[in-house]
Amino acid sequence: MEQRLKRRYAAERRFRLIGLGAILLSAGFLALLLFTMVSNGARGFTRTEVRLDIDFAKSAIFLDPAALRSANARAALAAADIQGAVQKAAEAQYGAQGARLLSDTAWLKVQGSIEDDPSILTRTATIWLPAASPIDVARKGDGDPEAERVNAQLDSRDALRTRLNSDFLTVGDATDPAAVGVWAAFKGSLLTMLVTLALAFPVGVLSAVYLEEYAPRNRWTDLIEVSINNLAAVPSIIFGLLGLAVFLNTMHLPRSAPLVGGLTLALMTMPVIVIAGRNAIKSVPPSIRDAALGVGASRVQVVYHHVLPLALPGILTGTIIGMARALGETAPLLMIGMRAFITTPPGGFTDPATVLPVQIFLWSDEVSRGFVEKTSAAIIVLLVFLLAMNGIAIYLRNRFERRW
Amino acid sequence: MATTGHTLKAFDDDLNRLRASIAEMGGLAEAAIAAAMRALVERDGESARAVVAADKRIDLLETEIETLAVQIIALRAPMADDLREVVAALKIAGVVERIGDYAKNIAKRVPAIEESSNLKPLSLLPEMGRIVAEMVRTALDAFVARDSAKAVQVCERDRAVDDFYNSIFRTLLTFMMENPNNITPATHLLFVAKNLERVGDHATNIAEMVYFAASGEHLAERERGADPTRAGD
Amino acid sequence: MVEVEKMEMPAEAAAPPKMRASGVSVWYGDKRAIDDVSIDVGQEHVTAFIGPSGCGKSTFLRTLNRMNDTIPNARVTGRIELDGDDIYASNMDVVQLRARVGMVFQKPNPFPKSIFENVAYGPRIHGLASGRQELDAIVERSLKRAGLWEEVKDRLAESGTALSGGQQQRLCIARAIAVDPEVILMDEPCSALDPIATAKIEELIHELRGRYAIVIVTHNMQQAARVSQRTAFFHLGELIEYGETSQIFTNPRVERTKDYITGRYG
Repeated sequence: MEQRLKRRYAAERRFRLIGLGAILLSAGFLALLLFTMVSNGARGFTRTEVRLDIDFAKSAIFLDPAALRSANARAALAAADIQGAVQKAAEAQYGAQGARLLSDTAWLKVQGSIEDDPSILTRTATIWLPAASPIDVARKGDGDPEAERVNAQLDSRDALRTRLNSDFLTVGDATDPAAVGVWAAFKGSLLTMLVTLALAFPVGVLSAVYLEEYAPRNRWTDLIEVSINNLAAVPSIIFGLLGLAVFLNTMHLPRSAPLVGGLTLALMTMPVIVIAGRNAIKSVPPSIRDAALGVGASRVQVVYHHVLPLALPGILTGTIIGMARALGETAPLLMIGMRAFITTPPGGFTDPATVLPVQIFLWSDEVSRGFVEKTSAAIIVLLVFLLAMNGIAIYLRNRFERRW
Repeated sequence: MATTGHTLKAFDDDLNRLRASIAEMGGLAEAAIAAAMRALVERDGESARAVVAADKRIDLLETEIETLAVQIIALRAPMADDLREVVAALKIAGVVERIGDYAKNIAKRVPAIEESSNLKPLSLLPEMGRIVAEMVRTALDAFVARDSAKAVQVCERDRAVDDFYNSIFRTLLTFMMENPNNITPATHLLFVAKNLERVGDHATNIAEMVYFAASGEHLAERERGADPTRAGD
Repeated sequence: MVEVEKMEMPAEAAAPPKMRASGVSVWYGDKRAIDDVSIDVGQEHVTAFIGPSGCGKSTFLRTLNRMNDTIPNARVTGRIELDGDDIYASNMDVVQLRARVGMVFQKPNPFPKSIFENVAYGPRIHGLASGRQELDAIVERSLKRAGLWEEVKDRLAESGTALSGGQQQRLCIARAIAVDPEVILMDEPCSALDPIATAKIEELIHELRGRYAIVIVTHNMQQAARVSQRTAFFHLGELIEYGETSQIFTNPRVERTKDYITGRYG
């Protein structure tokens, strides 16, 4: 008797330890992932800036301040060759290779300063411009010897500083890693998710309602149920092929648009929502239905006033899972062509766009060292987006659950 | 007729105890009547005193039966025929107790006629006593067996008892008119006859209760014998 | 087959029956659950259905408001009338029927909403109130009639599921009353409650008696005896005996009824 008791306690202890071990292992991997990402990507959010002193009065910028206030501002700015002037100023300050110290799009900052304060054209100003990628990488400790040397040199002259990369979240893709941003991809993801949600959620929920409440129990509905369950397990690239064949080749929808991406992902997400929805509806106790019927509610009223509100937490959970999966999908979107080089964020649902996972994939393919940290930074942005989405859904779910 | 037992066997046990107590009480009352009549005829004072003493047992049984019946009603919630049977048992116990009292009363009169000599009317009384004792036995048998047909038989027998009573009444009156010395013993005998007639009525009451318990309906108003108050005309 | 024993109804019950079932049978697929039952439900009394488990009393109760429609392979034959109209006719609106014939279930099942919403839901979907004030009045009246008003009038916004079992059941009764039914069907309403809550519900049934025709299914014979004026005994899907409650429990006519109520069954 004593022996049995001891053995039982030992077995329980072992079981608890194994469970704890499993959790620690999973948590460990998760922590490792986060740590790696953050340590790599944190640097992506900062950039090196080079100081440039420009004497606007003596520079080659011919610009009438008055013209900036008129309707021809854009044309005037374009004609002023600010880029050339910046290049000359850099060479003047740092020597023949001076222009190479700055990033390709650095002159846009000068243009921005001029637009903000036209009076700057009459004097000398000190503007901090984003450095070129090699300098940036070298400053962060990973550059080639040549760049390191330049870095040290500039540093001794107090010509370098490290600041938050405010452009990373506001501009689109670019060839120069120092100038890239995730905003285009982010907006693309946002639009695609909106399309997916708008299609998959209503269709999925209504299908679940129909299958559970109205459909007769016969061979056909069994077949449908099996089909939906299988659909949820189909590899996502198949949906990409489907999208390619149907949406692009047959329906001739615009390639690389969030509309098409959203449609494809909606096809993928809908089965998940239907399955979760059916389970949630099944778990509503029949006593509630009976009570509502007993008071004289019609079937539609029973579903919409009683069953759906109670099933909503479960449905929302299924939706979260489906949408999270859709957010991270790369393969199907590659198939329908959302892999373009997108510099400007998409204006609407039919403009060419890309999504965050695809952007990450493309950047990870790049040769230049500067893209390494940007890739990790983009991954962090994706994770934050995911967390935010989950957070909203969990908040909604709790709000509905708390009411009862 | 109760064919199958209750699902709760203890309920059956309780009802059986009740019936057994009623049967015992009835047996005692029946024996008391027979003993009292024998003591009367043989003018045996000793036996008479024994009858009087034995009445205590009958009274005790009545309280036992009452307690048991109330307990069954509280604890078993009897329905339909079970309920009627328990209520009937309660009432029957009271009636049998009174029958026992009548037997005791008869026994008490034995000393009063002990000294008297030949009493002619005395010969009729034993037959009457035998009939009423048999009625009591039949009525109680009917109760235990839940037999409404038997109960009806008892009611019919009462006619004979009433007739007996009327005839004894007339005989005793004549006896008293013959000789004033006879008045005292004759009056006692008159009371004895009256007691026996009452026992017969009570036996009939028992039979009516048994009929209701067994069938759920009441017996129609029974025919009675000729009105004895006019017997002296 | 045993003949149905119908009592000669006393003169005071000469009013036409509120509901009348004639030759009703219920099939679940090929299995017959109710076999040719004919019974009247009176306007003024409480009718009790008693019988052992599985005898069909709940199934028969559910045919009276067509709750069996929700079961896929259930089939009902025969005729059931409410005030003379066949309730299984194709032109009878089930939703309207269930507003006229309400139901209270075995396990209290208030909606997971506030107490007010629970009672107000029925009147709202049937359009019985033309404004918030009227709705308030209906809710108050229903809760008062159900004997729950005093206990909850200060907390109408609390969830209905936070009440005790007995209160929940009274809430369900208030909910049924709120749509102003003509008949209330109760399927073993007290079987999940303690004796005190049960007694309160029985008293409530007594108070509701004249206003609604009430049919109560119960497996507790004492409750049927306490609460009803007419009792029907079901056995294996058949109606064995139907009569005045006092007669059924003191002198039943059919042997099977007697065996059941005296505890000799089985």
